[in-house]
Amino acid sequence: MSQRRFVRLSRRQILRGLLATSAFGIAKYGTGCASTPSTSASPEGSASSPAAGGGQTTLGFIYVGPKDDYGYNQAHAEGAAGMAKKFPWAKLVEEANVPETSAVAESMRSMIDIDGAVALFPTSFGYFDPHILKMAAEYPDVQFFHAGGLYQEGKTPKNIGSYFGYIDESQYIAGIVAALTSKSGKLGFVGAKPIPQVLRNINAFTLGARSVKPSITTQVVFTGNWAEPIKEAEATNSMADQGIDVVTCHVDSPKVVMETAEKRGIYSSGYHANQSALAPKGYLTGAEWDWTNIYSKVAEEVHAGKKLSDGGIPHILRGGLKDGFCKISPYGPAVGAEAKKAADAAQAKLKDGSLVIYKGELKDNKGAVIIPAGQSMKQEDPKLETMNYLVEGVLGSIGS
Amino acid sequence: MATEAALGWWGVPLAILAGTMRGGTPFLFVSLGECLTEKSGKINLGLEGTLLTGAMAAYGVSYLTGSPWVGVLAAGLAGAALGVIHGWLSQQFRVNDVAVGIAMIIFGSGVAFFFGKPFIQPKAAQLPTIDLGAWSGIPAVEAALQISPLFILGVILAPLMQWFFKSTRWGLFIRAVGDSPDAAKAMGVSIFKVRLLSVIAGSFLAGIGGASLSLYYPGLWTERISSGQGLMAVALVIFARWNPIQCLWASLLFGGAQALGPALQSVGLKEGYYLFNAAPYILTLMIMIFTCSPKRSLTGAPGALGTDT
Repeated sequence: MSQRRFVRLSRRQILRGLLATSAFGIAKYGTGCASTPSTSASPEGSASSPAAGGGQTTLGFIYVGPKDDYGYNQAHAEGAAGMAKKFPWAKLVEEANVPETSAVAESMRSMIDIDGAVALFPTSFGYFDPHILKMAAEYPDVQFFHAGGLYQEGKTPKNIGSYFGYIDESQYIAGIVAALTSKSGKLGFVGAKPIPQVLRNINAFTLGARSVKPSITTQVVFTGNWAEPIKEAEATNSMADQGIDVVTCHVDSPKVVMETAEKRGIYSSGYHANQSALAPKGYLTGAEWDWTNIYSKVAEEVHAGKKLSDGGIPHILRGGLKDGFCKISPYGPAVGAEAKKAADAAQAKLKDGSLVIYKGELKDNKGAVIIPAGQSMKQEDPKLETMNYLVEGVLGSIGS
Repeated sequence: MATEAALGWWGVPLAILAGTMRGGTPFLFVSLGECLTEKSGKINLGLEGTLLTGAMAAYGVSYLTGSPWVGVLAAGLAGAALGVIHGWLSQQFRVNDVAVGIAMIIFGSGVAFFFGKPFIQPKAAQLPTIDLGAWSGIPAVEAALQISPLFILGVILAPLMQWFFKSTRWGLFIRAVGDSPDAAKAMGVSIFKVRLLSVIAGSFLAGIGGASLSLYYPGLWTERISSGQGLMAVALVIFARWNPIQCLWASLLFGGAQALGPALQSVGLKEGYYLFNAAPYILTLMIMIFTCSPKRSLTGAPGALGTDT
């Protein structure tokens, strides 16, 4: 073994150099590589005068995954694109694949400082605390809109707004379609984690199904995380083995579940976006977000110079089918006339407010009464956002 | 659409059986590849990145050419290309192969994500399956016995590799380089070339493992498709004591264990599913504990594994 020193550097110098490069590498990894600004990043210096009438309004969108994942991120990206198409003054700055780390803070900062964004839409749930909170305090003139239920009066900075849709209304209708198409009377639901949003979808889907066929059951399988392609496929296969003939899901990208269901020759009901292309035979319908409406509304208000901080724009924006926050996919070829009729009727009733999903007597699947007979919980009820039970007819448990 | 008969508890063994064949295939290829690499005395942790690159290359090429088999070949070649980098870099003066491996995980996944963007949405041609369950007439069994030709290839490859190490001149060279580089040098074998070729061949296999993910099961390309399977397969080689045949059993075990959690939930087991989802890892720990011995170090480990020579 030769002992010659091939570079004249002390060990300390080398260590220091290594540390510096790796720190740079770590900071760089995950922030820089995935940026896809759809428009050129020309620093106009217009950030100081946020959209006073005439000029362009720059709106920043940040997604946690790819924009074409047939799922949550695609729904948001489609909404943003739909909004930008409507308004010639809207300038879109987008970045996909931004992890829920300090990377998102850097993305927001560069959107504000370099692109001159006056309103930001960081769409993922985990961006909120601490990244949005921190940036909102740092840039009080920029308005932050976050998808999720986390605005607290008095606590959250004034320039943060929260928007979200009652997509469980769409799931309720999907449940009706599923129940009337299923031959075995067994439905399946692949969920990621037992958190309130997921439970609400499972419950609404089941309640919809049982509103037309009281004997229907929904089997739930939790995979444990938002993107577990293999477990999602295994879950769908196992459910098909158990005679379940309609599956739906609440995971980041429903692609695996839809394709596996199609391969097994069972029906599927989509989530987040329209997945009918993945399962042309078995796709029944699906609960889709419709962010175009809400993004257009907010963008117009921002463009008109309204602000969250003085109450010009409400801090909490919520809505369901009626307000165009969500919709259902066009019915697939397997959906019969009876199912279409029942689903359309329920949709009309949900829109005019005569149908309330969570009404008494509602029992959980352990037999305890959640809502006593004669009472009901409207969609806006904050209690529903802390849901921690599965309704009667759901097979599964939220405990670990 | 046929309504399928409910299988009840029989669904669990069936799911595990199907899981061993469906989910075990990527483990099998990656672990065989790593086995080959480690026999030559180098560690390649970068197979996680290779797996992703292979999955992406297979899916992309299958989509563009319409032929899944060309996709499989492309996956292997893409893996081999990453292997060239690792094999060359990790043998440079004062370069640690574990550190290079970690860099290669990041590099491989970066390459896969970068080139994989346009392939997330389209649907690529899938590998044909060999249907062994047609006799049963039960749809669930038929679906479970749709076996991938890659799985069969892997099952044949394992004993073949065992024979290769044991009974061929080339196998001897690899073992010699891995066990005692000085002896290999004295034999007149180029340590550098043998290791380079072993790493390249191992990465080729890992790339094919990626093709099994994207072209057979679950049969799509997303950026989360590997979910750590490449790294698990590297650990699996240690667990299998650097023996190709045992790699086969270990891969089947891990594949089956993956199916356990979802299958138990779908038959109505309500408690403890996080625990069952963790089954593969618990299993590894258990076996490690039961097979360890205070008296000897790991048997079967190549003598010069990971050393700087």
